[in-house]
Amino acid sequence: MKLGYYPGCSADGSGVEYGLSTRRSAEIFGVDLVELEDWSCCGATSAHNTDKMLSLALPARNLAIAEQAGLNTILAPCAACYNRHRTSEHAIQHQAEMKESIAHIIDMPLQGNTTTISVLEWLDGDIGIEKIKAGVTNPLKGMKAACYYGCLLVRPAEHTGYDDPEDPHSMDRVVEALGARAVDWSHKTECCGAAIATSRPEIGATMIYEIIRAARDAGAECLITACPLCMLNLDMRQAAAAQRFKTSLAMPVYYVTELLAIACGTSTSEVGIHRHFVEARHYLQSLPEKAALLEEEEKKQAAARKATRARTTESEENPTAEKASPAEAAVKESSGQAAKSGDQVDSEAVQKKIDAMVKGWQKNPDKLAARLIGDEERARVLAEVVAADEKKALKMAELMITDMDKAVKAAQAFVTGELKKREKGEA
Amino acid sequence: MQQCTVLRPAGQVERETLMRVQEEAATSINLCYQCGKCSAGCPVAFAMDYTPRQVIRLLQLNLVEEALGAESIWICATCETCSTRCPRGVDITALMDTLRREALRQGRITDRKVAAFNQAFLEGVRKYGRLYEAGLLLEHNLKTGQPFKDAQLGLPMLRRGKASMFPEKIRNRDQIKKIFDRVREMRGESK
Repeated sequence: MKLGYYPGCSADGSGVEYGLSTRRSAEIFGVDLVELEDWSCCGATSAHNTDKMLSLALPARNLAIAEQAGLNTILAPCAACYNRHRTSEHAIQHQAEMKESIAHIIDMPLQGNTTTISVLEWLDGDIGIEKIKAGVTNPLKGMKAACYYGCLLVRPAEHTGYDDPEDPHSMDRVVEALGARAVDWSHKTECCGAAIATSRPEIGATMIYEIIRAARDAGAECLITACPLCMLNLDMRQAAAAQRFKTSLAMPVYYVTELLAIACGTSTSEVGIHRHFVEARHYLQSLPEKAALLEEEEKKQAAARKATRARTTESEENPTAEKASPAEAAVKESSGQAAKSGDQVDSEAVQKKIDAMVKGWQKNPDKLAARLIGDEERARVLAEVVAADEKKALKMAELMITDMDKAVKAAQAFVTGELKKREKGEA
Repeated sequence: MQQCTVLRPAGQVERETLMRVQEEAATSINLCYQCGKCSAGCPVAFAMDYTPRQVIRLLQLNLVEEALGAESIWICATCETCSTRCPRGVDITALMDTLRREALRQGRITDRKVAAFNQAFLEGVRKYGRLYEAGLLLEHNLKTGQPFKDAQLGLPMLRRGKASMFPEKIRNRDQIKKIFDRVREMRGESK
């Protein structure tokens, strides 16, 4: 498959890893990237800050080059390049007068039949999640990532038109397909400050810090981006931002294409992970260990789920359970919750059940006693004894939650002991 | 004492500027009902003298001079959050962009650093056809009188293969120069 390729100025400079890993990703999925002949800079923010026509004409030259080469779809990995080319396409396709002016400025024939796509659209839309999943040989299990989209990949929606401008998910889908976990977090589309970090570093530092802090607070251990300027700010300027806020951040940042290439068997050095400013190799090396821990946890959870399910069916089979008191209902509910969560939560849930059972003994001792002893007379005695003694209530509650057989035996022992005591008293 | 501003009906010059700005931005300031959603979501509002909502209010009150003199228009990062969220469909980002260009045309630059950055950026593109990142940083620092800013990043960038010693040049550089010239010509004609 042939695809027009506009690397952008950063692909050989500050974003060299992005260029390398995009090309590698294309190789993996058999896409033939055809670099636009003699392409030029899109003008980025500086052009649209200075002159509207200049900002539309500079990308239009590249579009015209693509048209001449018969390339209708152009991949622009850099978010700013992508956005500027999309904006120019939009103007050319929707405003006839504008198209004429632009064609005059660039002095080239201009049809307006190209479509520039971003890396996210390419991976999630063109290649597709299933194909990516099938290509993974080295899953990134254990990775907890915050997918950072920034502004220009998803906004303005009428130009970009791919994914949601407020809560995008395409990168999350790609990252999950690689085996990592994408956390839900607040700053997905918050601006990194772009060129402000260079021209006004004191403002940029705050924006960079806030994004990394939000990712960390959401439980992420790394950030993933699809924009070289976001990378420059979050990676190269991270140390300075941390220093300004008198803290340490040390949050590795990756390009989505780097991770894709690595998960599909490429070495970290080949895509250039060692070139990052914030150390990013150690985290990747630690993933197998994290994955093993995660697997162990998952096994435990599965076992706990199984046990709870068995217990629930048992109590359903028990006809007395139908007359469950509110306290018992609470117990049942909490056992249902326990099935969803891990070990620690499990022990907490057990304690909750015991507490609820103790309350049950105080409020409704007759019903609970009837569950343990069939004989009405003896059950009544048990109810009286346990309701009158807090220690005994706790003991009974613990046993009923952890081991029903022992509970029945203890109940019988309590009753026998009490009956003996009463006999002695009467005598 | 707080500074007072006297409100007057727009004069001829202000009216023309307001019309031009709205036309170029393809949006209308009269749609805005000052809900402030743009400013609540703006990631740089904390550093602005007037929030985006206030900039629009200035324009609504014909205070064009004040709006063009606001530092905010140079701090705006063009992230498009405001335009995406505006319930009235005002393209605030385009408005900020247009105000910035209008201020540049009138030679009223409140933030020299941003303007200098843009100038250095475009000068590089005009000369080589592509952005020379290392050259841009150096030129920007020299022009703004801060030669050692980011100096700690220069060498590590070179060492990591993230910056080259020389600019990359395209073959048809004359085409790029002509684009810049024709844009300048068009601007001269439209004035």
